[in-house]
Amino acid sequence: MEKQKLVMIGNGMAGVRTLEELLKLAPDHYEITVFGAEPHGNYNRILLSPVLSGEMTLPEIMLNDLDWYRDNGITLHAGRKVVGIDRRQRVVTADDGTVASYDRLLLATGSNPFILPVPGRDLPGVIAYRDIADTETMIATASAHRHAVVIGAGLLGLEAANGLLLRGMNVTVVHVGDWIMERQLDRTAGGMLQRSLEAKGMRFLLAHHTSELVQGESGRVAAIRFKNGDSIPADLVVMAAGIRPNIELAKAVGIQCNRGVLVSDTLQTFDPAIYAVGECAEHRGVAYGLVAPLFEQAKVCANHLAQFGIGRYTGSVTSTKLKVTGIDVFSAGDFSSADGTEDIVLHDPGLGIYKRVVVRDDKVVGAVMIGDTADGSWYFKLLKDQQDISNIRDHLLFGQHGLGDVGHKGETVAANLPDDAEVCGCNGVCKGDIVKSIKGNGLFTLDEVRKHTKASSSCGSCTGLVEQILASTLGGAYQTTQSKDKPVCGCTHLSHGDVRTAIREQHLLSALQAMKVLDWKTPSGCASCRPALNYYCLSSWPHEATDDPQSRFINERAHANIQKDGTYSVVPRMWGGLTTPGELRAIADAAEKYAVPTIKVTGGQRIDLLGIRKDDLPAIWADLNKAGMVSGHAYGKSIRTVKTCVGSEHCRFGTQRSMDLGVKLEKMLFDMYSPHKVKLAVSGCPRNCAEAGIKDVGVIGVDSGYELYVAGNGGIKTEVAQFLAKVKTDEEVMEYSGAFLQLYREEGWYLERTCHYIERVGLDHAKAQVVNNATRRRELFERLLHSLQGAKDPWAERVEAERTSALAREFQTLEATA
Amino acid sequence: MSAHPVQTASNDWLAICPASAIPLLGARVVRTALGNVAIFRNQDDQVFAVQDACPHKGGPLSQGIVHGLTVTCPLHAWKIDLDCGEAIAPDQGCVARYPVQVRDQHVYLSLTPLPRTTET
Ligand code: SRM
Ligand SMILES: Cc1cc2nc3c(=O)[nH]c(=O)nc-3n(C[C@H](O)[C@H](O)[C@H](O)COP(=O)(O)OP(=O)(O)OC[C@H]3O[C@@H](n4cnc5c(N)ncnc54)[C@H](O)[C@@H]3O)c2cc1C
Ligand code: SF4
Ligand code: FES
Repeated sequence: MEKQKLVMIGNGMAGVRTLEELLKLAPDHYEITVFGAEPHGNYNRILLSPVLSGEMTLPEIMLNDLDWYRDNGITLHAGRKVVGIDRRQRVVTADDGTVASYDRLLLATGSNPFILPVPGRDLPGVIAYRDIADTETMIATASAHRHAVVIGAGLLGLEAANGLLLRGMNVTVVHVGDWIMERQLDRTAGGMLQRSLEAKGMRFLLAHHTSELVQGESGRVAAIRFKNGDSIPADLVVMAAGIRPNIELAKAVGIQCNRGVLVSDTLQTFDPAIYAVGECAEHRGVAYGLVAPLFEQAKVCANHLAQFGIGRYTGSVTSTKLKVTGIDVFSAGDFSSADGTEDIVLHDPGLGIYKRVVVRDDKVVGAVMIGDTADGSWYFKLLKDQQDISNIRDHLLFGQHGLGDVGHKGETVAANLPDDAEVCGCNGVCKGDIVKSIKGNGLFTLDEVRKHTKASSSCGSCTGLVEQILASTLGGAYQTTQSKDKPVCGCTHLSHGDVRTAIREQHLLSALQAMKVLDWKTPSGCASCRPALNYYCLSSWPHEATDDPQSRFINERAHANIQKDGTYSVVPRMWGGLTTPGELRAIADAAEKYAVPTIKVTGGQRIDLLGIRKDDLPAIWADLNKAGMVSGHAYGKSIRTVKTCVGSEHCRFGTQRSMDLGVKLEKMLFDMYSPHKVKLAVSGCPRNCAEAGIKDVGVIGVDSGYELYVAGNGGIKTEVAQFLAKVKTDEEVMEYSGAFLQLYREEGWYLERTCHYIERVGLDHAKAQVVNNATRRRELFERLLHSLQGAKDPWAERVEAERTSALAREFQTLEATA
Repeated sequence: MSAHPVQTASNDWLAICPASAIPLLGARVVRTALGNVAIFRNQDDQVFAVQDACPHKGGPLSQGIVHGLTVTCPLHAWKIDLDCGEAIAPDQGCVARYPVQVRDQHVYLSLTPLPRTTET
């Protein structure tokens, strides 16, 4: 089949991102031709600010050099501006006469800076701030002249002013508004920002209207005059008073435009052969001026160009971050104090901190922050995910870390970290490495940073810090993904939610079948998606789906935890933390027989035998089985432990028989497989010696019954469990806990602990199913019992298989024979 | 099952196990004079043999998840390309590869390492 022709006009960030997405989806579908008015490849426009301030150089900000176009078979006409489109013949013409015909045309012409219509606007020395040429002019002017005036105190104007200041110029910022960045900041925040910029030497003239730019003897601009009659010297005037979508060409050839080129949710213009993305496009009344939404458009547009026809662009919520080193400003959403909104404010002028979160109907709708912007990305996520914050409202302003965190010595403000500060403790990655990689490799998302630097790719506790570093390096171009839509991994574009629904609706019974039916991009998935698919199949279709051991992490495949030296650990179950002389003797015997190097009491109230060779596992299990002991599943995404305190069986304060109930719960849940591990605890009274307050399900005995708590976590980030219900009997505890865990098993995403699951869906959702609806609760509970029916000890099963099948001897090391 | 054609003296081949003893998308470990060697079998029934020690911190690659031409190390999730023995970027390192073949449903291994495919 002959390739279709795709022509793109405008070689900027949105357009090229669309091509990149398109090449990923359908590398051979089009023969691609690109026209760019600028004589360069595609560069990271937002990093022109650090180039101006001298923190980066031009070669460092190239995103796609000329080789990239060549390697991907793209014809690039750099330095050629398209001046005509013949929509009937489907041909475009450039200013030098070059023509190209198209089947599909993509407009990505960006914006033009708005130039104030005042006398003198064409004088030498008067420029805008948009591209490499402007930046080079500013750098050259700074070395030869003294006085710079920037018109407009928006993001762009302030970044220009900061750069010129650092280049040694005398800088005044002129602004018509009453405070700076009035579109992003409220008056208080604007005032605070102004003072910190003044402390760096910037000067401001607010509420000043320019009337004229005055020519000097040299012929270049020499002064700026205002409507009130005042004037100040100016050797360089930078117009940063806004941008206008660049629609000249589209308008000239009759494509429907308003402020920008009008596009639908599939980024199509009124001419179905023509698409538009980026700042030139107007979607549902909005023309965006930041990179993150443009990249979202690029993704959808590429999908339609590739004729996949899925995905719609429904608009974006944007956030902004000023890229001035040493000054932290963040703003997102709506903070105009409209009707029905409430402000939650923290203001400490002494420390230079101002945080304002605007809430409507228990959801965050806007946030403004100065000084301490550490939690900007968190608020932005709450905003985008439309998350119910009623439960965390009382400490919302203290940020995500106010919710408890360890591991970074309390250091949570990325901007204050020196370059050599270790951010990722698991992989030893420093802040400087991350910043360098973001800039050098043109990274925009958390996943890209993980891939390139490994930071936050292991335990994930530094994710917030890495997101902050991304945000402060990239400004508003930082993309937080809406967690709901995030693909499972690079092997698919489907999210966990999509995959799970498909497995349920299409009755998919194995990971391999799911990959085939759901059009996986890779032949056999990867180590992230296969375990997830395997879990979704097994939990959706108990007793029907086929377990694929090769799609499980080694610990689950070997029913033991792998150690750093390749040996394994064995943790037999001790129900509720109780044991007997017989069990202890069997453990001691096994430890001697297999020369176990380390025996340890775990944090989960049982005994760990560490350092066992894989070959020996079946034998040691057989011995433990003989003494009546079974697997403790210390290795599984499954039920781990039910910790208990001594309770009313012995304790002078005990109100309930906590050991007894703990053992019953653990036996009920034996062999339960779940999205992530599950831990319970039962305490006999509110003194809570079993630490039920940080468990997935925590039970606290009180005189009149039990209090149930859920979604606690004592791991990477401590989360206190939340109150679910108060019940009277042991049977109720079992039914409520079982129903809650079944809900989590059915709705939780793979590797989501209960605390993350509840953070996503809200506790009210769980209460509605488990507490307020008795029928639903019983159904959930029955489904749990059904899937646990006939649960077998995986150790005993393995021991049996070793005896009976050849493949099952797989734990044994083979010997080579000549 | 197929293996890459390799040049090796015929008397070099060691008999290992029936082909069916290696699970699809799985691996077995062979104890050899050169240390443990992992033999993998992927989705397309190709077999690969590499040193059973991850270039990162020596993790047993045989215990990892096999996907495509790759195994993910069980300890810290480095990905190793089984075909060329190199770690996948951003990680750097490589493992020794050995010739392996399947004849008459039986797996044979040679302990003469294959040359590295890329320069360092
Ligand atoms: C053995 C034990 C430490 C000990 O000697 O006490 C242990 C050992 C490991 N823990 Fe743990 N955890 C142990 C109790 C805990 C506890 C305390 C508890 O259970 O009361 C916690 C905090 C409570 C919680 O989970 O909410 C705990 C939080 C973690 C986490 C963080 C989980 C989180 O959601 O934040 C991980 C990482 C993970 O699961 O991804 C982890 C992972 C691990 C792994 C499995 C790491 C791994 O994947 O290889 C460790 C295996 C070591 C090994 O070489 O065998 N371990 N781990 C404890 C076994 C308890 C048991 O009897 O089963
Ligand atoms: C200094 C600066 C700092 C910024 N900082 C940030 C920030 O921190 N965060 C953020 O999110 N955004 C920032 N932005 C905005 C961001 O750069 C833009 O939103 C983004 O580049 C727009 O992408 P685009 O592809 O729509 O347009 P552009 O990147 O402008 O690309 C359009 C291209 O089309 C070319 N073109 C136009 N007409 C024609 C024609 N007829 N023929 C051929 N070529 C044509 C233009 O020359 C241009 O190269 C910043 C912008 C500037 C200038
Ligand atoms: S046992 Fe737990 S806390 Fe200790 S090193 Fe291992 S994972 Fe970390
Ligand atoms: S030892 Fe293999 S990834 Fe660390």
